[in-house]
Amino acid sequence: MGSKLIILLVIILGVLAIAQLVRVNELTAKQTGKREEEIPHRDNIFNSRMMLLFMILLYVGFIWLMIKYGFVDLGPAATAHGQDIDWLLNLNFVIIVAIFFLTNTLLFVFAWKYVKKPGAKAFYYPHNNKLEMIWTVIPAAVLAVIIILGLRTWNDITTTADDESVKIEVFSYQFGWTARYSGMDNELGRFDYKLTTPQNPYAIMTRANIDSALNRMMVGSPGQEGIEMIENKLNDPSIVLPRDERNALRQELGRKERMARHLQAMSATYNDSLDDLANNDIIVEDSLVLLKGQHYALSFRSKDVIHSAYFPHFRVQMNTVPGMTTHFKFQPLYSTDDMKEKLNNEDFEYILMCNKICGGSHYKMKMEVQVLEPEEYLNWQKAHKTYDGSDWLNFSESERAEKEAELLKKYQTIAARVEEK
Amino acid sequence: MAAVAQESNHGHDHHEESFVSKYIFSQDHKMIGKQFLMTAIFMGLVAMMLSVFFRIQLGWPGESSDFLNVFLGDRWAPDGILNQDMYLGLVTIHGTIMVFFVLTGGLSGTFSNLLIPLQIGARDMASGLLNMISYWLFAISSIIMLVSLFVESGPAMSGWTVYPPLSALPQAVSGSGMGMTLWLTSMTIFIASSLIGSLNYIVTVINLRTKGMKMTRMPLTIWAFFVTAILGVLSFPVLLSAALLLLMDRTMGTSFYLSDIVVGGEMLDNVGGSPILYQHLFWFLGPPEVYIVLLPALGLSSEIISTNARKPIFGYRAMIGSILAIGFLSFIVWGHHMFVTGMNPFLGSVFVFTTLLIAIPSAVKVFNYITTLWKGTIVYTPGMLFAIGLVSTFITGGVTGIILADSALDISVHDTYFVVAHFHVVMGLSAIFGMFAGIYHWFPKMFGKLMSNRLGYIHFWITIICGYGVFLPMHFVGLGGAPRRYYDYSVYEGFNPTSAEMMMDLNVIISIFAIIGAFGQVVFFFNFFYSIFRGQKSPQNPWKSNTLEWTTPVKHVHGNWPGELPTVHRWPYDYSKPGMDEDFIPQTTPLMEGEEEH
Repeated sequence: MGSKLIILLVIILGVLAIAQLVRVNELTAKQTGKREEEIPHRDNIFNSRMMLLFMILLYVGFIWLMIKYGFVDLGPAATAHGQDIDWLLNLNFVIIVAIFFLTNTLLFVFAWKYVKKPGAKAFYYPHNNKLEMIWTVIPAAVLAVIIILGLRTWNDITTTADDESVKIEVFSYQFGWTARYSGMDNELGRFDYKLTTPQNPYAIMTRANIDSALNRMMVGSPGQEGIEMIENKLNDPSIVLPRDERNALRQELGRKERMARHLQAMSATYNDSLDDLANNDIIVEDSLVLLKGQHYALSFRSKDVIHSAYFPHFRVQMNTVPGMTTHFKFQPLYSTDDMKEKLNNEDFEYILMCNKICGGSHYKMKMEVQVLEPEEYLNWQKAHKTYDGSDWLNFSESERAEKEAELLKKYQTIAARVEEK
Repeated sequence: MAAVAQESNHGHDHHEESFVSKYIFSQDHKMIGKQFLMTAIFMGLVAMMLSVFFRIQLGWPGESSDFLNVFLGDRWAPDGILNQDMYLGLVTIHGTIMVFFVLTGGLSGTFSNLLIPLQIGARDMASGLLNMISYWLFAISSIIMLVSLFVESGPAMSGWTVYPPLSALPQAVSGSGMGMTLWLTSMTIFIASSLIGSLNYIVTVINLRTKGMKMTRMPLTIWAFFVTAILGVLSFPVLLSAALLLLMDRTMGTSFYLSDIVVGGEMLDNVGGSPILYQHLFWFLGPPEVYIVLLPALGLSSEIISTNARKPIFGYRAMIGSILAIGFLSFIVWGHHMFVTGMNPFLGSVFVFTTLLIAIPSAVKVFNYITTLWKGTIVYTPGMLFAIGLVSTFITGGVTGIILADSALDISVHDTYFVVAHFHVVMGLSAIFGMFAGIYHWFPKMFGKLMSNRLGYIHFWITIICGYGVFLPMHFVGLGGAPRRYYDYSVYEGFNPTSAEMMMDLNVIISIFAIIGAFGQVVFFFNFFYSIFRGQKSPQNPWKSNTLEWTTPVKHVHGNWPGELPTVHRWPYDYSKPGMDEDFIPQTTPLMEGEEEH
């Protein structure tokens, strides 16, 4: 209560203070016969000087921000395309900061210099075609350069990934992320949102999942009424339902029947050999782990609303859109350890954040991202199981050591490509 | 379309009007303009308070603030800590009100109504009735928008762009229930208001210009309002369709924007729609809307800068050309909001090209303003200060647009605070400055009184310092990788401490400037209302201006001019013309023997 009073008091006092100021002003104006529409010389000079002062203040503020925060921001771009983006961004910054200083200086200096002086008359200067042509052509030329460089980078970034790239799917939902690795065949299993069940939260398509989803639709499962249960309820003469409840049930039934038809069609046309694609996928829920130097082709999918996969350090951003798959390819250049060293910061971790408003906990929707050196990455792989429960690196006992050594060598070559860059 | 002198069919001016027909259901454009202004000022006050609330949260997250509890109550700020859902609600409604109700309805509604008939020499708008309907629809939509703040499940919470599926699914966020329904209803009515108003402005400008008021003799304000109205007529219907389809998805089970969704454990049977379709429709309106907001501000400042520099606006025809070019280009740039939606990259390239082209007419406008100041004799009325402030923010906000328009760079900064800073400077500050400039400059015309200059100066310097103080650091927060619409940036800790530290430091600075700036506006509110009642009486032409509105009597008469309509002989920018005694020559003054027009 006390604070409410204080707030009220402050507002009232503020208004009173201004009222008194105005009153004083009014009285002096009356005494000196000052009219508001005639701006006294003193006021003009005051404001013109303020213009210059403000300009200096603005520049000092800007330069201070530049020095203090301009170079610490995100650290170096940790991907190949990200370094192109940064280079272009810096070039653009040089250009726009130059324009910012040049035009603001002209504006404020003129505002200061050409303040009305007693007896002076303004220079009548309605137009000058040559001058106007200059400031049409020069911006056009600068922009042409910006456009050409920009589109070149854009094209490089957006061309389709080659087959060498490792495919990973990033799945988004309110409010979290899940990664699905394509496994040894580098081919992701199919999915369909209609297969979503508590046992299959990522809606992955296998024969077993189709059957269980269909079964769930028809027969039902705990906490979920199936078509048969609803039909029984509606047809049972011993149950008397209020009308709106009955209507709601009918609607529910209609919806389920439609879904069931879709699932039946899916079941009829499904080719069982596709199971393999899904079965050797690896689902990782707590973090996205990448190998240094590897080319990645990420695909994105959303369960509910639009999210946006934003990897600030990679300079990667792509919306995840329900009903649509989106893609982004990149090559991480620095392992997490490299980055720690570069930023001289022991606590550094890469991060994946949601960057499209998606509900109350939007701000907490994030996932840890790690870029590992070859040995670490191989060890990490070894600790993970595929969708059907076998080892990710599913080598027979006899050739395991040999195959793993082969893989490590491959990873080392991949990582070494970066060092050369 | 030659200039048509309007017959004096409103000649029977001086009959007594009842209070209701004079102040409430008025069909007089001057009164309607004032009604728009009052409503907009009130809405602006609300939107500003909302921003103070969420700035408190962003500056000092997790800290209890009685201030919040006083205003938002225990439901939305228990223990004085803002609720995370309501945070999104505040952001959403702040954006909606500022963009549509203050800067579209308020700016264009106020000044188009006030100035179009007065500056082209017409007795009133083409249709007084439609004009009145336009205002009342605006008022109703404003009320509905405000009411949505008090709904139990909260106001719309999906950002001012209300992207589906978030905005379509009450299961996804509580604000997408009743709050969103009210939002859509309000916007539908608002769009109707805006369309009726725009049609009226267009017809009036084309048909009701007084004798001699050729298109090339119109003040730039009128050109700006005219092109703004055309943009509104062509783009708002698309937003209307977007809103209606969304309404249908929400209530009738259609699937325009919905497909393959599992939300809150429920599998929806919507298949085949596309959320991206909504974005295309919404953003088709978006960029024209930016210029619906900006062009009137630029138009007003052209007039004010020329008058107070006592110089003709430099490059009048180039200014008209830029207004037209900006207006045209704004229709083919909408994809620059959608570079990272997974849109076809080639389409993206096209939008990069068209978007960056807009920088050219914008640059022309800036250089023309600066050249207008060159060798002028500047008189610092508060209006002039704000007009110069506008040019500065238009530059500062405009240049960062070059980065955002470049699709490759946009990947890095899209939806970060860099974007928030960019559009708040170029569209928010510039348009607000234009609006303040207009209010200070035409206050004598509206109320027959003068505002206090001293308070105007205080108001301006507080506003520009705080404006830059808020948005300049915000660019750096964005470059540090801070996404927009985050309730609390302390989630950064542990991931990237340097960024987190910087973000928190800067957020405190920003919040302090925002709060000072917001309370600084009290100076304006006070000056405004005090001057209406107690201000000095204004002379007929206080700023020694050339345009026609200053040839009308100070006390408003129905039909604007008591006698015949004025005849126009020259363009409106003959200031300090050589060989003339006065440093201004009203448009009604015939050309002298052997005088060149300009």
